[in-house]
Amino acid sequence: MNLEEIKSEIEANVPGCRLEIIPNGSPSGQHSLLIDADHAFAVSSYLRDATNRQFDYCSNVTGIDWPIKEISTKVKTKKIVDGMEKDVDEVVKTQTGGYLEAVYHLFSVEQRQGPLVLRMRTEDRTERVHLPSLTPLWRSAEYQEREIFDLFGIVFDGHPDLRRLLMWEGFEDHPMRRDYVDPDDYEYEPTAHDEVLKRAQAHQAAEGGL
Amino acid sequence: MSILTETPIDLVPGPSSDRSEGQLLEVSMGPQHPSTHGVFRMDVTLDGEKVVKLKPVFGYLHRNHEKIAETESYLGCMPYTDRLDYICSITNNWAYALAVEKLAGIQVPERAEYLRIITGELTRLQNHAGLVGFLMQDMGASGTPLMYAFREREKVLDLFEALTGARMMCNYMRFGGCRVDVPANWLQQAQKVIDGFPQFLDEFENLLTSNEILMARTQGVGVVTREQAINAGISGPMARASGVNYDLRKVDKYGIYDRFSFRVPLGEHGDVYDRYMLRALEMRESIEILKQAMRDLPAGPIMDPNTKIRGFRPKAGEAYGRIEGPKGELGFYLISDGTASPYRYRVRPPSLINLTLLEDMCLGQNVADIVIILGSVDIVLGEVDR
Amino acid sequence: MLGEGILKGLTETARNFLGSYVSKDRLTTIQFPEERLPQIEATRDFPFLVYDGTEWEAGLRCVSCQICEKECPPKCIYIEKSKDKKPDATGKLQFYPTTFNIDISVCMSCQICVEVCPFDAIKMNVEFEMSSEDRFGGLLLRKEQLAKSNEYYNKIHPTEATAVDAALAEERAKAEAKARQTTEAKAATPAPMATPEAGETK
Repeated sequence: MNLEEIKSEIEANVPGCRLEIIPNGSPSGQHSLLIDADHAFAVSSYLRDATNRQFDYCSNVTGIDWPIKEISTKVKTKKIVDGMEKDVDEVVKTQTGGYLEAVYHLFSVEQRQGPLVLRMRTEDRTERVHLPSLTPLWRSAEYQEREIFDLFGIVFDGHPDLRRLLMWEGFEDHPMRRDYVDPDDYEYEPTAHDEVLKRAQAHQAAEGGL
Repeated sequence: MSILTETPIDLVPGPSSDRSEGQLLEVSMGPQHPSTHGVFRMDVTLDGEKVVKLKPVFGYLHRNHEKIAETESYLGCMPYTDRLDYICSITNNWAYALAVEKLAGIQVPERAEYLRIITGELTRLQNHAGLVGFLMQDMGASGTPLMYAFREREKVLDLFEALTGARMMCNYMRFGGCRVDVPANWLQQAQKVIDGFPQFLDEFENLLTSNEILMARTQGVGVVTREQAINAGISGPMARASGVNYDLRKVDKYGIYDRFSFRVPLGEHGDVYDRYMLRALEMRESIEILKQAMRDLPAGPIMDPNTKIRGFRPKAGEAYGRIEGPKGELGFYLISDGTASPYRYRVRPPSLINLTLLEDMCLGQNVADIVIILGSVDIVLGEVDR
Repeated sequence: MLGEGILKGLTETARNFLGSYVSKDRLTTIQFPEERLPQIEATRDFPFLVYDGTEWEAGLRCVSCQICEKECPPKCIYIEKSKDKKPDATGKLQFYPTTFNIDISVCMSCQICVEVCPFDAIKMNVEFEMSSEDRFGGLLLRKEQLAKSNEYYNKIHPTEATAVDAALAEERAKAEAKARQTTEAKAATPAPMATPEAGETK
């Protein structure tokens, strides 16, 4: 299964879609295909229905939170210092992340192919967190998209029944986000240390000390 | 007495409670209902005995396993996987170990692969035996089949205890191999259990398979078609009962499953009876695999010498590893950012996804059938809610 | 014939019922606590600390390296390291834990502490009747409750303990041989050499 081939095939069949191959650095070699939210539904239905692909089985659907992260890389540039050309190390700061991601692992039961990893990204982490739901194509995404909505806060447009799955109704935050702060419901633990000790101390200070 | 002076309650239904108008009754089954295999709740709407709406409610056992794992080391996640599907801890270990091995490109020594297959198939045996027992219990066959199944399951658990030290929370596998080698005499004991198992299965099937009450209760109940099953991501015995020929041991051939000859039983009708029958047949195939694995078990190391268990830091990247667990496709999706704990750790829970079609299966059935339909799906709440 | 399957099933139950009077295989239950099954050797539940010799406090193998504390998945171990060194059972100067607590209400018996301990100082116990009326104090095991002799360890896990003892003895013999060598070398060459003493490698 060649991802490049699939990419050009989709591009030929779904006009206007923007695809990008996201390389994977691990030895597993499971590279993924980033699809744009506007054409995600069309791309996915092509993948499901095309007779030579038949990705009929959507196994795993999950979310990932990528908060904004600053990466500073050293880049060697040539600069003219005192009339001489010299190699100078320059620190270039780039920002990555700042979006939520939904990942779909597709397999083909008919052709025993897979996994094809699809990714979709939201525009940011707070306001524009809408993605198209793929539940109308694969029902297996129904609970998993609900779980992502619950734990990550991605809103899936077109989902038939988008409610919280694991947390209760009326719960505010999204616990799987990287910046989620635990509520201060610390329970006494005799062997507190590290993180737990800090939380214990904060809790006890708030309660008026022990 | 004062009670007699009050207006008596009218027991004859008046025009306001006319049955022909069709009043619906809402029943909240669970979370403490004994038939829900844990803390699972279904909001059921009934029209008489018939189910017209069913909404599952999850989360009573939710502890955000995936978040906990983000603070643990790769080794520290292993004992937590035991607690997902606590009936089959060994296959959970295996799926996680497989995902980490894919992530870091670790080779597993041959003996460890064989030990994984032996313990994994034993897990399948005891899971299926227990499940059939519970299913019969749900159906009202109080005790007898369940106790027979548990008697047999106990023997397998004793083997696990002798090997790993614990009956259920085995924590047996490590990325790169297995934790301990078999103790003296273990293989002989295991051989005895495996040799005795077909006799139990014969007895069990004598007891159940042709039982008229069982057939009347289960045939044609909770039907899932092949197309529905694939589309809803149903996996494992439940998918195969609907005729989906998709067994990851054959498809992915993970580990060394390509060396064993075994058959994949397939159902025809996709009803509860087929799901029961499929498990009975699958146990027989597991015994075949076990016999071959016990015969061929080579000597050698059980851990990859190049794998560091403590302070394990795989290269940044991601991997999705999956195995054919007793309940279905159990997958782990790991993302590493090069640090000692996973950046993202996702469990693909077969129990949860197999419940996707619960409402479709139950609509139009009697309320008593919900219990057996749920029983035939084979869920463990530790995995559904994580 | 209708009812045939039920009759077939009933013969099976009858066979099991009657069989339980004659066959041990069909009657597997025992009357706990009057009767007990023999302990399976690999059984584990909660950790304990091994000490050598007869003095529990002096003989603790734990040198307070705190690896188990860091690796423990539910973080149920709490160790305070000593400031000074004391001689252990072999007479070598070592750090020791001034506090070593395990909260067994949090412990999940995964035995990762045993796996990562480089000194064979922490092992898994088999005692399971530990119910307590006090949720916090009663289930918090302190150093003195955790310390168990090497003989006890040999009693509950004989195969494993023998292997551990042999490995430790070998290590000690090696260290002693090395120490002897360095002293002999010192005696042969009067010039003071900066060879580290074998006993102080860690």
